[in-house]
Amino acid sequence: MRAELRIAGFGGQGVISAGRIAGQAAVLYDGKQATFTQSYGPEARGGACAAEVVISDVPVAYPLLTIPDVAILMSQEAYAKYAQEVKPGGILIVDPDLVDHDDRQDVRLLRVPATRIAESLGRRIVANVVMLGALAAAWSVVSKEALLKAVLAAVPPHTRELNQQAFEAGYQYVKERYGAGN
Amino acid sequence: MPAKTILTGVHFMNGDEAIAEGAIAAGCRFFAAYPITPQSEIAERLAWRLPQIGGMFIQMEDEIAAIAAVLGASWGGMKAMTATSGPGFSLMMENLGLAVMTETPCVIVDVQRGAPSTGLPTLVAQGDMMQARWGSHGHYEIIALCPASPQEAFDLTVKAFALAERFRVPVLLMTDEVVGHMYERVEIPPEVPVAPRRRPRVPPEEFLPFQPDPDLVPPMACAGEGYRVHVTGLTHDERGYPDMTPEAHDRLVRRLVDKIRLFPEEYTFYEEVQLADAEIAVVSYGISARVSLGGIELARKAGIKAGLFRLITAWPFPDEAIHKLAQRVKGIVVVELNLGQMSREVERAVRGLVPVHGVFHAGGRIHTPEEVFQGIEEVYRRCR
Repeated sequence: MRAELRIAGFGGQGVISAGRIAGQAAVLYDGKQATFTQSYGPEARGGACAAEVVISDVPVAYPLLTIPDVAILMSQEAYAKYAQEVKPGGILIVDPDLVDHDDRQDVRLLRVPATRIAESLGRRIVANVVMLGALAAAWSVVSKEALLKAVLAAVPPHTRELNQQAFEAGYQYVKERYGAGN
Repeated sequence: MPAKTILTGVHFMNGDEAIAEGAIAAGCRFFAAYPITPQSEIAERLAWRLPQIGGMFIQMEDEIAAIAAVLGASWGGMKAMTATSGPGFSLMMENLGLAVMTETPCVIVDVQRGAPSTGLPTLVAQGDMMQARWGSHGHYEIIALCPASPQEAFDLTVKAFALAERFRVPVLLMTDEVVGHMYERVEIPPEVPVAPRRRPRVPPEEFLPFQPDPDLVPPMACAGEGYRVHVTGLTHDERGYPDMTPEAHDRLVRRLVDKIRLFPEEYTFYEEVQLADAEIAVVSYGISARVSLGGIELARKAGIKAGLFRLITAWPFPDEAIHKLAQRVKGIVVVELNLGQMSREVERAVRGLVPVHGVFHAGGRIHTPEEVFQGIEEVYRRCR
């Protein structure tokens, strides 16, 4: 089993953190192998960035993505660059408030307004964790328990409650709108 | 959050962080460097971790000063390391030679990026391999290791410190941007043995600081221990005093080379994957070796029996192992992120027995498995 995940957006949205958390979840809590790489520009905020995770039952040989099974795209630029690369039959998660998108028929398209959900919880900064919750609902390669554990281990202790709410909100949103669907 | 002691257990960390933790586990308590992409995560981690455990971190004014501080710390009795990338590695070359000449144990990390000059600061290459061998002036022998994963970055950092003490030589860890920045599972054992320094076995008045043991390595006294410590980059005798005669020079340089050359079994490491039945061998190292595994898989699917010979030790080059490899296969493909450096060594060791084909890229990205496969196909066709 080799599964590939890309999370992309602009700097400041937490896409790099989200990718690292997904890899951490697979390795530390699901006992799998994972390789996490990232690409970003020289800007601290606002530049395009992408987090890329390969998850496998055996050690990963080629460390970069070949054709992602899942893409979480949180900016128009990321959508333009990466939407067509998702494997047919794969999962494409977009934030519809940030991404003007087409309806690709050959993938499972999930519209998750993560930024809006995060704002309703009081902090836009947890939009990435909303997306990880959505990922947990849609994709079984990393378990929900492992993802949540990794989120809680990665965030500052005083923000754990907020992050747990954000994670559950993303999870519930996908379950309610799109059903189980694994 | 890393503990305030030596880290153990399973972690998800990048190669740079693994090098930092490997150094701490190996007993390194002094790190001097100047930040540079893609090395900065090593410096950042050690700036935070070393003070927690009673170690010392110094950001120096440049890389010349950084390696100078490391040599000083080593002579002060500490295990010491510096880390840099290409531009800083160039600045370190003069004092690398000083470390060789003064037989100063230390570890130097080069996280390779696109070059020459400032090149591609954030992107991968493997173009410093020959510089690692011959970058400082004069004739010398050095040890250089190439990790292919964060786990191996940890393991080889530990090994580098042990080899540095064993041979009293600077040991180079030649890694690259992708291994440095990628995160993977890193398992740190509960205990990592710390390599001892070879101490004087005679009282201070009888001690000659450069009188070698039978294995050609002299015991090392450090500053402030009551022993005479005389350290010079000039050609010197057993007392450490300058001796400008051709005889003394030949004796010293020959010993510096032979103390390493005569013991290849202690530092020659490589990994063989699917070579038992292979007709084509891919020789590679670092990140390129991992990509090569993908190319080998494609070749096997296409009916070409290919395997991997992964260099873990780049220097001294494993001549004998490569020559034996050439006797077992019909062709060799060398995959590296430069336009042909280690491939020259492979050709030299193969001595014309089989064709050697290079799959080269100047850097900025790693190879694709398809490119490696095409190289395998090419040499397979040629040796049919």
